[in-house]
Amino acid sequence: MTTFTFDYPHRAEPGQFINVWLPGVNERPMSIAFDDGKAYTISVAAVGEFTKLLGKKKVGDMLGIRGPYGQVFTWKPKQRIAMLAGGYGVAPLYFAASRALKDGCKIDFFHGARSKDHLLFAQHVPKLKNTRYLPATDDGSAGFHGYNVQAWQEELSKGVAYDLVMTCGPEVMMKVVSDRAFEYGIDAQISVERYMKCGFGVCGNCTVDDLGITTCQKGTVMPNETVRKIKEFGKYHRDAVGRKHLY
Amino acid sequence: MADLSVNFCGVTFKNPLVLASGILGITASSWRNVVRNGAGGITTKSLWLNEHQGHPNPVIIANDHYMLNAVGVPDAGVKKAEEEISLFLKKRGASKPPLIANIIAGSVRDYGVIAEEIGRMKPDILEVNISCPNVESEFGTPFACVAGDAARVTKEVKKALKKVAPKLPVTVKLSPNVENIVEIAKAVVDAGADGLTVMNTVGPGMAINIESRTPILANRVGGLSGPSLKPLAVKFIYSIRQALPEIPIIGTGGVLTGEDAIEMMMAGATLVGIGTGVYYRGVEVFGLAAAEMNAWCTANKVKKLSSLIGTVK
Repeated sequence: MTTFTFDYPHRAEPGQFINVWLPGVNERPMSIAFDDGKAYTISVAAVGEFTKLLGKKKVGDMLGIRGPYGQVFTWKPKQRIAMLAGGYGVAPLYFAASRALKDGCKIDFFHGARSKDHLLFAQHVPKLKNTRYLPATDDGSAGFHGYNVQAWQEELSKGVAYDLVMTCGPEVMMKVVSDRAFEYGIDAQISVERYMKCGFGVCGNCTVDDLGITTCQKGTVMPNETVRKIKEFGKYHRDAVGRKHLY
Repeated sequence: MADLSVNFCGVTFKNPLVLASGILGITASSWRNVVRNGAGGITTKSLWLNEHQGHPNPVIIANDHYMLNAVGVPDAGVKKAEEEISLFLKKRGASKPPLIANIIAGSVRDYGVIAEEIGRMKPDILEVNISCPNVESEFGTPFACVAGDAARVTKEVKKALKKVAPKLPVTVKLSPNVENIVEIAKAVVDAGADGLTVMNTVGPGMAINIESRTPILANRVGGLSGPSLKPLAVKFIYSIRQALPEIPIIGTGGVLTGEDAIEMMMAGATLVGIGTGVYYRGVEVFGLAAAEMNAWCTANKVKKLSSLIGTVK
């Protein structure tokens, strides 16, 4: 994974994204991984043609950036927050955590991955103050042996009372978070990601059934009350031509 | 409350504001969301017979002055169209907001095939897109740019519908990028079109990022839209209305407000499409513009909005 820092302010809030353009190649939405008002960063994993080319960019190379777009994670001062991060979803939640801590929040960070080596940002998150770092790995190589939602469930069973839960990661994981939060009556904010093109609510590629709202504008971060009305959530998503793909 | 309803080829709309083809409009739930936000009806994104890939990103750029797009008409083909259209028709509710199915193809023959397929799905109106400026690299000059080509497509569509939906009204979407739009309009009407949609995007145009010295759109060029194009659309609608007063028109091009829509109706439009307006005012643009039309009618003692159609001579 490569992290790029752009040394100018973008005033992005946690949960927002930018569209990154490689002239002549393509343009892709990317989560803002950090923004301290002076500089901002994105973290890129080389998984496809675009991200491989992007990963090769060096200091001084040029990229096109537009945004920031989308809704943001929000909290109230002194809240007890559970954060459930999976895969690359750790970056925006780390950003949200660092901001929420300034408002006196207390955070349990449930970080899920296949194995210890896949716990991205694992060097950063444990350094946050007032944060319990609770990794969970499928193979048990670090932290809880199993899924992070199971680790969170254990805390809930113990009677830990959360004011809020935030989640960003694979949709099957977030679907469980949505269901549990609903059962326990905990406010939840969920980052719903769909195939995006324009980023500003016009092309319609990222609309979700049955609400028909665009996730680029009304999301990606949505309250659980909205997510509960998205019938496709956890079931399917659509590709660049609008065809459904089951999870 | 003024009566905002209009009748287009026998189909009643609660207000004349329809979602223009190409903006939002990929799924039944998206169409319903547009209706919830106040639209009188919706137009689907252009439907192809088979899957058609759009262009890579960036596909749209927009600013205070204009929008430039080359999405490239992506679509999954008729199977998806059938699923979404039947779902919409089943769940659209008692007010029955009309569905205008927009079709596109690469050859005259394929226009007939897709018209027959979509005709079977019982949309309220069929709109034939022969004027997209964003797929020229694939299919050459749009059919709408040559009167004979435009007429051939129209005839083929009407012929195909005879078997499956003989009463389905057909409106043909014209291009502004022609020498004489009235000549094309006449050719299309002579070939059997019941209505006309005026107009598609202008150009294509190009925007260059001077830092990278690269065209911004991946397709290099794209259709131009936005508020400054409204006078062009109004003029085209006016000219066609004067030449063909009996033919109903769906006017599109730069409409953001209820006043804009009224202006277009005075020029001769029965329905008014809003597309780029979604960028400027959000999907709420339909409800906002409808309220503005109502306020204008009330202030000007106009009881029936439809009485304004074609009043500017």
